[in-house]
Amino acid sequence: MCPECGSADVEWFTASGRATLYSYVINHRPARGFEGDGPYAIAVVQLAEGPRMMTNIVGIPNTPEDLILDMELQVTFEQRGDVSVPLFGPAGAAR
Amino acid sequence: MSRAALPSTSTDRGVIIAGAAETNALGKLPGYSTLQLHVEAAVNAVADAGLRMRDIDGVATVNAPGPVQVAHALGITPRYMDGTGVGGTSFLLHVRHAAAAIRAGYASTVLITHGESGRSRVGATPFPRGASSIPGQFEAPYGTAGPTSSFTIPVLRYMKEYGLTHEQLAYVAVAQRKWAARNPRAMFRDPITVDDVLASRLVAWPFHLLECCLVTDGGGALVVTSADRAADFRKPAVHILGTGESMDAPMISQMADFTESKAFRLAGQAAFTEAGITTADVNHLMIYDAFAHVPIYGLEALGFTAKGEAGAFIADGNTEPGGVLPLNTNGGGLSYTHTGMYGMFAIQEGVRQVRGEAAAQVPDVNISVVVGNGGMFATSGVLVLGRQPS
Ligand SMILES: [Zn+2]
Repeated sequence: MCPECGSADVEWFTASGRATLYSYVINHRPARGFEGDGPYAIAVVQLAEGPRMMTNIVGIPNTPEDLILDMELQVTFEQRGDVSVPLFGPAGAAR
Repeated sequence: MSRAALPSTSTDRGVIIAGAAETNALGKLPGYSTLQLHVEAAVNAVADAGLRMRDIDGVATVNAPGPVQVAHALGITPRYMDGTGVGGTSFLLHVRHAAAAIRAGYASTVLITHGESGRSRVGATPFPRGASSIPGQFEAPYGTAGPTSSFTIPVLRYMKEYGLTHEQLAYVAVAQRKWAARNPRAMFRDPITVDDVLASRLVAWPFHLLECCLVTDGGGALVVTSADRAADFRKPAVHILGTGESMDAPMISQMADFTESKAFRLAGQAAFTEAGITTADVNHLMIYDAFAHVPIYGLEALGFTAKGEAGAFIADGNTEPGGVLPLNTNGGGLSYTHTGMYGMFAIQEGVRQVRGEAAAQVPDVNISVVVGNGGMFATSGVLVLGRQPS
């Protein structure tokens, strides 16, 4: 249901995959399974459609100099274990 | 001070904290189980009030171990139980709920306990949550590693919007260490500089080790009862003048606004309205500081500074010894202790300051405000504590 108005008239739709970088940290204490990656950004992105979500940023070094708030991003999917997770990289970058 | 005409403001409906104590030691206590920490804190708080365990008829604490294990271990069969568990602020909510229960006649004397083997993890609840849980689905796949890598995420947005500098963020830890240096029970007491903070190991950029709370073992407990008994106890009564509780979002990514805490703001408004106070009436302040940005969010949400100005307010020395608004005077979660659910220790310091028995005592504390957060920015409780009944 819609938490704004309580309506049950909701539907699934395919989002554009476009987003902007809303905020992040660069984690230096890796979680289990992330030990090999070096420091990695745990980011929150703002989808073009409005909602925000947590993700990782790929296709660009995860440094304060490279990760600029409000930069434009595009979704990409990566298989991690038995789930496919939505990650984000710079918009327009060839992958 | 103008006061709203609420039932809680009359002496006969008033509620007080009559007993307050921590465990004998804090820090690394591998010889104590979680339950033992609860028991020792409870015994100390009941003794602090000059009561006996059989005088207690209400018990509140967080699961696990929860009120049933704690009450049973203490030999109490309470007629009121509260197991509210919404993170580290839960004990502030227990105080609020106990005040309501006492006014309703459900209990006369409520014992609120905290014990946590946060460092040694003896009898502690395991951390990882199931893959189908909300954080299991929407946070863990991205390599989150506890609060250090998620509670911290909003600050970069705040820095961009309001110009908070890395040095100002670091100074929060410097200011609190100045208080800790005056407190023999604080875990870290050596003075530090902004350079020390910025040179400490990166935990989750922009946060360095000295901008993150400690991880310790310890406990604390409170005895809450009606104000008509205020003269019956060993120590001066601490009057509960106003309370509030609120929430934001269950996950950091869904927080309503990354630059402010809605939960702090709403819980603070409720507590200040009930107490009939403004920020100008507050002599002493505790804001649960799991990380260096949290006092900044707290100062702004409760209206102690304008939006975007709290970082400079702290860096200008206003919250340190000699400043106009003494903040986190035990040294806080950054320097005093942090078991995991620190809210109990913030209340303890508020009580000590109102009683006039704190290690780093602020002169003439008539009103102390305690601000708690839980589940990172998910929940908040706020207490207004006073030396006088109104
Ligand atoms: Zn709607």
